[in-house]
Amino acid sequence: MQHTGRAGHHTVVVVGAGQAGLAMSWHLTARGIDHVVLDRGEVAQAWRRERWDSLRLLTPAWLCELPGAPYDGDDPEAFLTAAATGDLLAAYAEAIGAPVLTGQTVVEARRTAAGWEVATATDRFTSDALVVATGAASDTAVPAWAAALPPGIETVSALEYRNPSGLPEGEVLVVGASASGAQIADELARAGRPVTLAVGEHVRVPRTYRGIDIHRWLHTVGHLEERWDEVDDIVRARRLPSFQLIGTPERRDLDLTTLAGLGVQLVGRAMALDGHRLLCSGGLAREVAAADLKAGRLLRRFDEHAIAAGLDVELPPPTELEPTPMPAHAVTEVDLRRFSAVVWATGYRPRFAWLDPAALDRKGRLAHDGGVGALDGLYVLGLPFLRRRRSSFISGVGPDAADLAAHLHTRLGNRVGDRRRGRVRDRRLVGPGAPGGCG
Amino acid sequence: MSNTDTETPTPNGVNVAALLGARQALTDAPEAAMFTWRASCEWVNGTHSRTTIDTFAGLGDEHRHRQPMTVDGDHPELFASEDNGPTPPELALASLAACLMAGVATVAANRGVILRSVRADLEGGADLQGVLGIDPDVRNGFEAITVTFTLDAENASKADLEAIVAQSQKRSAVFDMLTNPTPVTVRVA
Repeated sequence: MQHTGRAGHHTVVVVGAGQAGLAMSWHLTARGIDHVVLDRGEVAQAWRRERWDSLRLLTPAWLCELPGAPYDGDDPEAFLTAAATGDLLAAYAEAIGAPVLTGQTVVEARRTAAGWEVATATDRFTSDALVVATGAASDTAVPAWAAALPPGIETVSALEYRNPSGLPEGEVLVVGASASGAQIADELARAGRPVTLAVGEHVRVPRTYRGIDIHRWLHTVGHLEERWDEVDDIVRARRLPSFQLIGTPERRDLDLTTLAGLGVQLVGRAMALDGHRLLCSGGLAREVAAADLKAGRLLRRFDEHAIAAGLDVELPPPTELEPTPMPAHAVTEVDLRRFSAVVWATGYRPRFAWLDPAALDRKGRLAHDGGVGALDGLYVLGLPFLRRRRSSFISGVGPDAADLAAHLHTRLGNRVGDRRRGRVRDRRLVGPGAPGGCG
Repeated sequence: MSNTDTETPTPNGVNVAALLGARQALTDAPEAAMFTWRASCEWVNGTHSRTTIDTFAGLGDEHRHRQPMTVDGDHPELFASEDNGPTPPELALASLAACLMAGVATVAANRGVILRSVRADLEGGADLQGVLGIDPDVRNGFEAITVTFTLDAENASKADLEAIVAQSQKRSAVFDMLTNPTPVTVRVA
């Protein structure tokens, strides 16, 4: 569906037509609140154009539900490919009649006394409220020393990487060992590439434990529902790296042990350049020990839950994770002349340069309390642990959108009543299921 | 890990409330978190030196230790020195140990773990062919450092104690300086 010529005033402008923007659109429509959803490209642009070819979601399909669209495919345990995720979101946008305007790159959004002024490359919009749903992964956070890399080494970010054959022949340095870096290192090593992986703080979890998927455990023990205003240190919780995890049909583990088994050389966090020498942290053993300890603690929490819930007898017996084997001393120096390519998997950052600077904190982050921004009528959605631990999952943006739509409705009050339009075309969306090749 | 019976305002001698208060204060006023640590070293004789530590800056102000503190450095008699103090690499081990130890006590206190005893044994291997200029492929400093903690606590499992030791490294200034590159500029005044 292509909406055109809708520049002008809307009660709400939503920026971004991924899962977050669409979930918000569903809830705004359900409340009869007039809105428009702007996207720089098409629906689910990032899933279609900014992910590597083999990527599947880390979360099983049952965690891909969207408002009004519970999962009803035939394999709730499957891991959707990025392309299938794009298809799912496109079908959802169509089914809910989301008022999406595609090809609308927002270049500026300002709060004025009257409300919000939103400028795209071609049009101008005004609104009472602005919902930022551009996601957490607009840019790769590349270290400052990247600019000083010796010439002749091709560099790509995890958002640009597609497949092993897209990189020049030879050795590859992958910087970062969270989900993206670990998966890319795994794929390159399986393609026969010599790979060195720089490992900083990371979160180790097994794909399955006692025969049950990690996300089913996390859901069952209530972890995914933990709220932003209840955890000890939300700043830290929001900064936690993604799980070292891969979604494959065989549900295999992906961790430093499996990577070392593929011949991947593990070095400490890449810290600085000295000519052609990359200096890596000597603290790798600590990172590994900490990750092993935390993973072990998580599994004990599952075991305790299993006993309390009377599930213990039905499950295979508890097991201990094997400690990650480490060389006696970490490699702290790498000669970069070995490498033909470097892949930055150093984390992602949202991009807010277009947003009213008054909405940002001193580090350029969007200041918010559970998604409610510091400026009147400003909301943000789709960031890690926005309101609950599963906020960054597809299924997590729905509840967040519900909360924020309610807040927005209350704040705007009567202003929305007389602009009531549209209806929910298909609340009980028949899910597109898991398209071919997803499980 | 509850210890409601034994909890005191300063478990392990650590004033947790004051530390958490300082953390919050410095979160709200990041410029006050900028500290400068100082040391002044005088040559005494031969390889013997004496370092005095007295003032430091932070919280937007100048501060003094309760009294000036000194630490001597020297080389052992084995190297025809007088052994008036630890070797500088040994002082580095002491510095790392003191930093990790402070972290262990603090993290344990914050987690309600009451420590009975903690000991850290440190070793650093160095090939003297480096400092003596015999082999340019050998580095001057430690090839590696090993720290072994032995802890006894009233109310913590082995995994709890391992987690405390891991967290102490995560928040250690000296561990960071030894494991990660730090720009060092040496000038002649």
